[in-house]
Amino acid sequence: MALKMVKGSIDRMFDKNLQDLVRGIRNHKEDEAKYISQCIDEIKQELKQDNIAVKANAVCKLTYLQMLGYDISWAAFNIIEVMSASKFTFKRIGYLAASQCFHEGTDVIMLTTNQIRKDLSSPNQYDTGVALTGLSCFVTPDLARDLANDIMTLMSHTKPYIRKKAVLIMYKVFLKYPESLRPAFPRLKEKLEDPDPGVQSAAVNVICELARRNPKNYLSLAPLFFKLMTSSTNNWVLIKIIKLFGALTPLEPRLGKKLIEPLTNLIHSTSAMSLLYECVNTVIAVLISLSSGMPNHSASIQLCVQKLRILIEDSDQNLKYLGLLAMSKILKTHPKSVQSHKDLILQCLDDKDESIRLRALDLLYGMVSKKNLMEIVKKLMIHVDKAEGTTYRDELLTKIIDICSQSNYQYITNFEWYISILVELTRLEGTRHGHLIAAQMLDVAIRVKAIRKFAVSQMAMLLDNAHLIASNTQRNGICEVLYAAAWICGEFSEHLEEANQTLEAMLRPKVTTLPGHIQAVYVQNMVKLYASILQQKEQSGEKEAAQEITQLMIDRLPQFVQSADLEVQERASCILQLIKYIQKLQIKEVPVAEEVTALFAGELNPVAPKAQKKVPVPEGLDLDAWINEPPSDSESEDEKPKTIFHDEEQRHSRHRQPEIDEEELARRREARKQEQANNPFYIKSSPSPQKRYQDTPGVEHIPVVQIDLSVPLKVPGMPMSDQYVKLEEERRHKQKLEKDKKKKKQKKEKRGKHHRHNSLHTESEEDIAPAHHVDIITEEMPENALPSDEDDKDPNDPYKALDIDLDKPLADSEKLPVQRHRNVETLKSPDSEAPLAEKKSKKPKKKEKKHKEKERDKGKKKEKEKKVVEEEEEEEKKGDDLDFWLSTAPPPASTAQPQSEPEVGAAVVAEPQEVKKEEREERDEEEDDEGKKSSKHKKKKHKKEKEEKSKDKKKSKKKSHHSEEETAGSVQNGTLDDEPLPPMSSYRLLAENPYIKMTYDIQGNLQNDSQVTVSVIFENKSTSFLKSMELNVLDSLNTKMLRPEGSSVHDGIPVPFQLPPGISNEAQFVFTLQSIVMAQKLKGTLSFIVKNDEGSTHEKLDFKLHFSCASYLITTPCYSDAFAKLLESGDLHMSSIKVDGISISFQHLLAKICFHHHFSVVERVDSCASMYSRSIQGHHVCLLVKKGENSVSIDGKCNDSTLLSNLLDEMKETLSKC
Amino acid sequence: MIKFFLMVNKQGQTRLSRYYEHVEINKRTMLEAEVIKNCLSRSKDQCSFVEYKDFKLVYRQYAALFVVVGINETENEMAVYELIHNFVEVLDKYFSRVSELDVSFSVSEIHLCLSLLVCVPVYAVFIALTVKQSRQCRGFTNFALTIVWSTDDSKFCLPVVIVFILRGIACSYILTVVTSSPFNS
Repeated sequence: MALKMVKGSIDRMFDKNLQDLVRGIRNHKEDEAKYISQCIDEIKQELKQDNIAVKANAVCKLTYLQMLGYDISWAAFNIIEVMSASKFTFKRIGYLAASQCFHEGTDVIMLTTNQIRKDLSSPNQYDTGVALTGLSCFVTPDLARDLANDIMTLMSHTKPYIRKKAVLIMYKVFLKYPESLRPAFPRLKEKLEDPDPGVQSAAVNVICELARRNPKNYLSLAPLFFKLMTSSTNNWVLIKIIKLFGALTPLEPRLGKKLIEPLTNLIHSTSAMSLLYECVNTVIAVLISLSSGMPNHSASIQLCVQKLRILIEDSDQNLKYLGLLAMSKILKTHPKSVQSHKDLILQCLDDKDESIRLRALDLLYGMVSKKNLMEIVKKLMIHVDKAEGTTYRDELLTKIIDICSQSNYQYITNFEWYISILVELTRLEGTRHGHLIAAQMLDVAIRVKAIRKFAVSQMAMLLDNAHLIASNTQRNGICEVLYAAAWICGEFSEHLEEANQTLEAMLRPKVTTLPGHIQAVYVQNMVKLYASILQQKEQSGEKEAAQEITQLMIDRLPQFVQSADLEVQERASCILQLIKYIQKLQIKEVPVAEEVTALFAGELNPVAPKAQKKVPVPEGLDLDAWINEPPSDSESEDEKPKTIFHDEEQRHSRHRQPEIDEEELARRREARKQEQANNPFYIKSSPSPQKRYQDTPGVEHIPVVQIDLSVPLKVPGMPMSDQYVKLEEERRHKQKLEKDKKKKKQKKEKRGKHHRHNSLHTESEEDIAPAHHVDIITEEMPENALPSDEDDKDPNDPYKALDIDLDKPLADSEKLPVQRHRNVETLKSPDSEAPLAEKKSKKPKKKEKKHKEKERDKGKKKEKEKKVVEEEEEEEKKGDDLDFWLSTAPPPASTAQPQSEPEVGAAVVAEPQEVKKEEREERDEEEDDEGKKSSKHKKKKHKKEKEEKSKDKKKSKKKSHHSEEETAGSVQNGTLDDEPLPPMSSYRLLAENPYIKMTYDIQGNLQNDSQVTVSVIFENKSTSFLKSMELNVLDSLNTKMLRPEGSSVHDGIPVPFQLPPGISNEAQFVFTLQSIVMAQKLKGTLSFIVKNDEGSTHEKLDFKLHFSCASYLITTPCYSDAFAKLLESGDLHMSSIKVDGISISFQHLLAKICFHHHFSVVERVDSCASMYSRSIQGHHVCLLVKKGENSVSIDGKCNDSTLLSNLLDEMKETLSKC
Repeated sequence: MIKFFLMVNKQGQTRLSRYYEHVEINKRTMLEAEVIKNCLSRSKDQCSFVEYKDFKLVYRQYAALFVVVGINETENEMAVYELIHNFVEVLDKYFSRVSELDVSFSVSEIHLCLSLLVCVPVYAVFIALTVKQSRQCRGFTNFALTIVWSTDDSKFCLPVVIVFILRGIACSYILTVVTSSPFNS
């Protein structure tokens, strides 16, 4: 064995470590892959060895290779092996590898559950920490379920380092196992008030993330967050809190009002850009949530916009980008305030950075109005020409279309202009967005009836110039517009002036090079064109011309019949036959035009995109019900599918056609008509489109644009959008003049050149009348369409599961699964569920709780004094906690007493079962309270205290319970746990003066046998600021304070924080000792500077630090068999004491010894218990505690007799106080 | 929420990668290549935020090394930008003038440092204490560190913490004090 180990370590010397690997890879640049595969082979060999160090080294290398992109999932089991190494350095490597390559699909992950649990409860905080960090990366629903309770326990760990991690990991657990959210939430809430700012910040982070889902759960925390926000100076935390408020304000506008002021203050004062940015974001969210029209808020919006302007003007591109991003949020609700910065935003369009230009484009979207649309689009068109890089140009193109088409073409006053813009856009090279332009063309042509004539003429021109568009194969994106052009020309062919020419353009051989679907549209619309030409010719009696056109079709169509595209081929051959038939008729001189046009009669209306979804389910039709009972599983599937199908059909038809008598039908028809009349979306049957078109007033006034053909380098015949800008200006000018005139002389109204203006005088002065009387046809919706917004919910949202109501009281079934001892059920203990993991951390946890409680108590007292004076009267009347906090005016008097607070309830229920009794008590007390009709405020406080008390009870109970649990099976705790334990604190007073109070606790250091850690809580009792605190101790020979290297024994150690008024904080100091058998007392001084308005003074406070022998003991669990062996070994000294006049119960007594003297119960039988503890230097201390009627006798055994007698003396002192 | 944290050099070699959401190994390489391409194509006078697919990249360049963080839209870009710098500052202290070589040779230390900064994608920024450590702290020959408590000095001393944790040594001083904001520097 020994030989093997020696061999292993020699082998190791020749193994490559990570550094060698990295170096090797660098040296094998040419054959890297080969080198690495060689390395992987080596690693595989290494993994086969027994030596854990070799394995860890191999896994470490694998982690590096994984980063380079090599799959290492085959080594998953080896990773787990390394994870379970006892040495931290190896364990860390294992967890790192796991966190890098494990995921939900890794099957061996379930093997880790117990290992992780073990590490989580490890006495070494770094084992715990590394397990938590690893877990955060690979937690699966199963792991989350199994470990939720352990992690929850760690949230109350003594080390802030662990607490912080545990709190954060809970978020991952919530995501994977949402059921844990409700039980864990009360504790998470507690952590918001954790004495450690890091833990606080972690809790804020988690709640902030949680609040994205179902924020109303967290509304009750708003006052707490508000307090944190106004008191915290940590920007990271502030950012998160402010973000959280951003999520909460939409639910509670009053919260918004309350926030505005502190937020604006922050905006004014902070120098951190990220914080400023977050504040602005939240202010915007607040303002959105507040109903508009609040005059005093225009100031804050102005402030935001101003600050953003500063950001945008900054030379730092990052700030510019963020400024624009935030600006776009303001834009949604306060477009006016942003519009005044149009200059700046247009300037940003010229920025070197594409991301900034894109953001500026986003902004433009919201900045357009009827007035400036043309101007802005013109500017954009210039950018389109200038833009290099197709992505940006494409983006510009989409933005132009977005801007123009937004809210149903709201800002377009002149559609001719828009059409010409679209046509101009077709000249873009290499755009991918041809289909977008096409869709716009179609949409406008269909929905804006007045523009059809113009559109058709433009489209005809496009078709004519199709060779320009389709010539370049790379520009295939843009040929989509031909699709639209062909359809428009065909569908609205009655507006076409040179139909012949267009038809000819469509029949050009070149067309066959276009994509199939476009050709198909071409073929179809040729016939439409043909039909209208035919009718035209027949009406005018030009039979020959009609035959000529038919001949043309017959000549040219075969080229489409030969098309490889099925659709084109089919349509073409079908149409060819039709036309051949027409030709026959024509030869017989039969008028055919009428019938051919009848093929395309009627108008197509646009259908709303969601129309299909909104068709209501007819009454009595249940879509989920089985039409036919499903065949039972026993039947073979292929037995009789036919009958099923047959049956189904029958039933189906029965459903669809219920027998209705004539009368009923008539009634329904009437009802439907009525409904249609009231439905604004229903387009009533109207006279034929042409007719209607002609009826429309003002159509004849559409200015026919003179197309400037002399402009070189432009496609001949293509319109120029620019001229419209000029035209528009003139028009507006005219319009304005007219309006002025109208005002002055009402009678002159009729002299106005344009009729259409008359119909527009309802519009406000600012509005600009559109050039065309545009009736935009609304998209069609089915009758009885159901208005609903449900379409917007994303069913795949990963956070959906967190949408949980936290205010509901916890049900029994919601308890977190807890690992139990196998014999737990037989014990019938009410609190046998106490998690195993707590075992080891039990003592420190308790301490911390105490500490916290103390702090809080103090804080509360002060608060009480202050508040009671100020607000007592008001508070008597207030109804709900949050309501009160939010309301600024005193609420109306009400006699109704508030309901019991949900938080309290939740907190209590959260500790499953354990607290049932306390809960009951609490309820009772609550009822009492209500009877007293004390002021709400007082009551709240009372409750808080109770809450704490109950927490304490829980804690101490748990503790005592644990000590028993440690003895595994022999515990009989069933009878004991009914009695609540009084709160205990291990913190003792160190010194106190009017400025400061110090309490301290001493703990042994597990890692070092000659060190103890003294935790001192400093509490500022004054109203001044305390700083430059320095703690110094006069070292004794035996006990010395650990000072930084290089400082002399007379130097003090600075306390690492300052204390604002009323605040307390904890610092820890390490002391080294040689002998621990005697209690020690050290004299010391705390010097500090008191700073207040009058100036600063230097103060001193002397103290005596008492190291009791108990403080050298470390609570160590011991099993009864080991305990027995120890006693039998015989090398222990013995001593005993007896204390009379003990009145407290035995359980309390044991708890006291456990708590104050760091013992743990080994075994307990009736009123006799054995206890064990260990000193930091390894002395075993065994006790046998027996309780008589009024006395207690303690027999002790220990390696060192002095230590034992000292310990017993201390114990005597403690007990005699009882 | 942070999606991933990358350190990539100009040649496109990954020096450090940490994913907070599972991404398949072959997709990782592709993603990293694209990410670095995106960042390399940007000049110094462009902003450090890139919209990429459905998330955002926040990057900073330090000599030939890019630190790129992928975040979703709910994150504060500027804060992440600061976070990157914090991280690099810590590395700089730990390695006393960090270089790409340090990064590639001590991946696990850097991971540790990162795990202190970003525990869960919901990054909780560590609470650092201020330590003026002796030069040798990295070699750990000199265990007694000069620990100077001060809240006014906002320089981070995570490096010492890393040393402690690497050796698994309990240090009761660790992470108890808030420094004033790192933003102001």
